[in-house]
Amino acid sequence: MSPRTLALLVVYTLLIGFAVLTLVPFAWMLTSSFKTKFDFFNSLFLPAGDGLFGVAWDRLTLDNYRRLWLEHGVPRAMLNSFFLASVTSLGATLSAAMGGYALAKFPFPAREWLTTLVLSALIIPAPLLLAPGYQLLFQLGLLDSYAGLFLPAMAPAFGVFLFRQAMLNSVPGELIESARIDGAGEIRIFFTLVIPLVRPMTGAFLMITFLGVWNNFISPQVVLQSPELFPLSVAINNLRGIYGSDYGLIMAGTLISIAPVMCLFLLLQKEFISGLTSGAVKG
Amino acid sequence: MRTSRHALPRVSIRAFPAWAPWFFIAPFLAVFCVFTLWPLGRSLVLSFQQTYGPGTTEFVGFDNFEFMLRDPLFWKAARNTALFTCGSIFLQLPLALGLALLLNRSGIRGRAFFRLVFFSPSLVGLVFVGMLFALVFEKRTGLVNYTLHALIASFDPEFAWLQNYVLISLILAALWLYIGLNMVYFLAALQSVSRDLVEAASIDGANAWQRFRHIVLPEILPVAGLVVLMSIIGSFQLFELPWVLLNNTAGPDNRGLTLVMYLYQTGFLTGDLGYASAVGWVIALALAGIALLHRRTMRRRE
Repeated sequence: MSPRTLALLVVYTLLIGFAVLTLVPFAWMLTSSFKTKFDFFNSLFLPAGDGLFGVAWDRLTLDNYRRLWLEHGVPRAMLNSFFLASVTSLGATLSAAMGGYALAKFPFPAREWLTTLVLSALIIPAPLLLAPGYQLLFQLGLLDSYAGLFLPAMAPAFGVFLFRQAMLNSVPGELIESARIDGAGEIRIFFTLVIPLVRPMTGAFLMITFLGVWNNFISPQVVLQSPELFPLSVAINNLRGIYGSDYGLIMAGTLISIAPVMCLFLLLQKEFISGLTSGAVKG
Repeated sequence: MRTSRHALPRVSIRAFPAWAPWFFIAPFLAVFCVFTLWPLGRSLVLSFQQTYGPGTTEFVGFDNFEFMLRDPLFWKAARNTALFTCGSIFLQLPLALGLALLLNRSGIRGRAFFRLVFFSPSLVGLVFVGMLFALVFEKRTGLVNYTLHALIASFDPEFAWLQNYVLISLILAALWLYIGLNMVYFLAALQSVSRDLVEAASIDGANAWQRFRHIVLPEILPVAGLVVLMSIIGSFQLFELPWVLLNNTAGPDNRGLTLVMYLYQTGFLTGDLGYASAVGWVIALALAGIALLHRRTMRRRE
């Protein structure tokens, strides 16, 4: 074996080893979610038996999922998560795209300090706003409502910054000017001309925000009190307080909480990445 | 279109209605003022007050900050946060760089596949990672102890990760979650390093370490610096992962207490938003200091 082949063999061994270490917790969670309590304690992945590949397939059960679905209000929590994540990501993306457009394409007097304001907002640590933000929501009567989660998310400084960069690069000023000469209104120019030119960034930011809201735990935990409003992150964590030793149930709950966003990302990954690169080429 | 452009006077070509930029920035600006700037100012005022729930307050001057200096729980939280940060920087980031270097070797097949696999945990929310790893580190039945006991008979299956080795468990869970994300940054930086330059050095007789040290490292240093800074910022804001991992507690003897967890406990469980805000400002000032230090070091390097 030549030294080059040997080196390649070592590299592949390391890469595959690490890939296995990364995937094993997922596999363990998946198999655990199909097992009874007894089998959870007595087998690591799948229970041994006489079936195909020496696995007792007939001992696997959908009971954990059935109970989550019928007894623990998981469909409601999942709808809540979908609703919150969709509405928030749409609103935040619109607000970010509009703000970025104003800073990138309008040479108006306040542009300089507004840009500085957005940049300095990037370094404010989120936990600092937790206590006074809670107090403000209390004073505005927005505690225990989706408005209390939705409204504060409408000022994404990071998003404004990203869209500003994207629009500086890929929206030619001449195009906007000639649209104005042709008599198009400002709002129409924004939606029919500017937004299509930054489609890759729009898609990327929608996804980032959706993922962030879906996975957010601390804000809904602090703001919401009514169980029927809880998103999956809070609902599944609360479930653990009551059914803490019901490991299969917890794993099934965790799995159905992460599966939708994982699928979404894997499905959109190709378009997402090709969109990003085409945007870069256009600029 | 060209003729109409020439027919119009120059001024009106560039002109946009004065309200237009303000209209577009308005949603961001309004929400930003109400839900970021106002609370930011409030938190400064609050940090000089003592509060009982969100309703009643009392001005106490610097008492909150003085109390913090003598508060053993605050120092415990600070110590835990600092140790976790060190774990991220000195364990996770070198491993992420190592993985990126392996993936960046010429002739590696399935690069996109490996990148996707390593990246996939970053899609899982902190709260779900916490729930998963609470069971992974469980005594006897957990993935780690079960496997280690099966491989090494002398390994104690009752090994109490989440009782006695809280910070190590936390660092390992965060490693699984974030290593792929950091690897993606390093890989992007490595891919911009000229292969010709590395090959030329190789022909000139430079060994792998010399090539890395003198050609690759200087090139990726700006990105590496940024990754380190982001890791520090992320580590300082650590809350959800340990909170959920330790079943909505700070762990036995507060072994998993972090600064933001302490902020949450004092503000929302004890109900003293004033003290919580004071803790928040200390975190913010520490981060600002680190960011300044980082900028200075990176500038001196250039």
